[in-house]
Amino acid sequence: MRTFYGETLESRLMLGTAQYPSPAIMAEAFRASGAGVATVSLRREAGGPGGLAGQDFWALVEGMGTRILPNTAGCHTVKEAVTTAHMAREMFGTPWVKLEVIGHTDTLQPDVFALVEAAEILTAEGFRVFPYTTEDLVVAERLLAAGCEVLMPWGAPIGSGLGLSNLPGLRALRAQFPEVPMVIDAGIGLPSHAAQAMEMGYDAVLLNTAVAKAGDPAAMARAMALAVEAGRAAFAADPMEPRDMAAPSTPLIGRAFLA
Amino acid sequence: MSVRATILGAGVAGLTVASEIVARGGRVEIIDRAGPPGPHGCSWWAGGMLAPWCEAESAEEPVLRLGQEAIGWWERHAGGVTRAGTLVLALSRDGGELERFARRTSGHERLDAPGIAALEPDLSGRFRRALFYPGEGHLAPRAALDALRARLEAAGVEIRRGTAPDPATTLIDCRGLAARDALPDLRGVKGEMLVLRCPDVSLSRPVRLLHPRIPLYIVPRGDGVYMLGATSIESAERGRITARSMLELLSAAYALHPAFGEAEILEIGVDARPAFPDNLPRLRRRGDTLFVNGLYRHGFLLSPAMARMAADHLFHTETRPEMMDEDLPQR
Repeated sequence: MRTFYGETLESRLMLGTAQYPSPAIMAEAFRASGAGVATVSLRREAGGPGGLAGQDFWALVEGMGTRILPNTAGCHTVKEAVTTAHMAREMFGTPWVKLEVIGHTDTLQPDVFALVEAAEILTAEGFRVFPYTTEDLVVAERLLAAGCEVLMPWGAPIGSGLGLSNLPGLRALRAQFPEVPMVIDAGIGLPSHAAQAMEMGYDAVLLNTAVAKAGDPAAMARAMALAVEAGRAAFAADPMEPRDMAAPSTPLIGRAFLA
Repeated sequence: MSVRATILGAGVAGLTVASEIVARGGRVEIIDRAGPPGPHGCSWWAGGMLAPWCEAESAEEPVLRLGQEAIGWWERHAGGVTRAGTLVLALSRDGGELERFARRTSGHERLDAPGIAALEPDLSGRFRRALFYPGEGHLAPRAALDALRARLEAAGVEIRRGTAPDPATTLIDCRGLAARDALPDLRGVKGEMLVLRCPDVSLSRPVRLLHPRIPLYIVPRGDGVYMLGATSIESAERGRITARSMLELLSAAYALHPAFGEAEILEIGVDARPAFPDNLPRLRRRGDTLFVNGLYRHGFLLSPAMARMAADHLFHTETRPEMMDEDLPQR
């Protein structure tokens, strides 16, 4: 069984902690979903010298009791991402870090070149890196060579809610690295998208906006958790292969049915 | 019964509570470590939108209901309220945001391009669809605080600089984020804002520009002056705007109308809003102290309702108002 740096998660749903109407509603969403991981951003919240201005909010996140995966959201360069990862390790006492290096401010596409570089540095320093990447196979290979033991390919651009926009690409990535734990990160808008990712054999799903910006975040979080569970169960059950024509379950006697 | 209270804090919470008590015949003294309202307090930097219907998009039910008391209260106690509604817009590529906002709020009308032009001629031709909330209003926060202060002074209430209350009175703690020493579940939510002078643009009412990551509002202050706000960051930091925040605020204003690109930047405001985990305000009673806090981004919108409840409780100690979250004390 594939694990995340040796850890097995209670739930294969990972939830972000940004954009909720309030921390209380965020906590409800986590309770309702039983999410296995909470991602937290530090870059903008840390403030000036000392970097502790966001600690009241971080304490609320820690108070939920969910395993924390700090992220480097909002970082555009290797240096920023590495500095933020250091701060995160100190703040949350975990070597886990979701590494995000943004290439474009408007499309929020990952800068995969800087990502590989930052992953090399952080892995050498003992971090357990969860890199936010595209479905590109060569980039995936480089990230693994850099020491990453988990990959987090996007479903679609951050916050878009488009679902899995390159299905053949994501299938190829899954097939290319069957032993590597992989999380679909970003682009999930609906439970059906999350279920689809799990049906394809991905190990977990990470999402934020779809829950935080729903009219009822707790209800949507629950829906996502059910979808992740259903998708995973379906994958484990070895689904049938689709075919182009009907397959009658009783033989058609007396007809030239193959004609 | 006679009520004698000492109010700690001369921000919007302290002054509204004081005004409400005085209006009911009670006696108050106001103490603030920094003196009268000014840039040291978070209400100085507020938008002053009295917009319960718009706020309901992301706030819980009490904000919509209690916020509807605000316009009338400010008209009675301070004046200076403009009842011109709120205009909500989105750039064409964010059209989905407008639909979502419409679904999650009430009290609005849909406008087409001619409807927008009729309300705000300077935005003519720039937007094809909008939502209009006719029941909303706005005020200039500093003028409103000054008006409350002047009326209180006329009634013999002084704002004393200091921290030591008269022990013979009920203490009403309205210190905002400074009360975190007594209220550990209070946190700061950083807000950054700008004041611009842009005589080339004329707007008559608050305009909200929706965006999935960088929502913006612009509140006209008159004479071509606009308040541009506001970021909302989970951080207790005060007094430092980041380049990114300013860039985002100005980009959004520029997208609303390119003439904002030529505006003069008059002021940069930064402070942290006091908030409880559900972002709703509270009355909290401990011994002889009553805390009024957690107004978050709804200082001018919800302080009238909170002041009413605080006064209800003080004048009739058996009442436990809806926003009170701790048991009544032994007296």
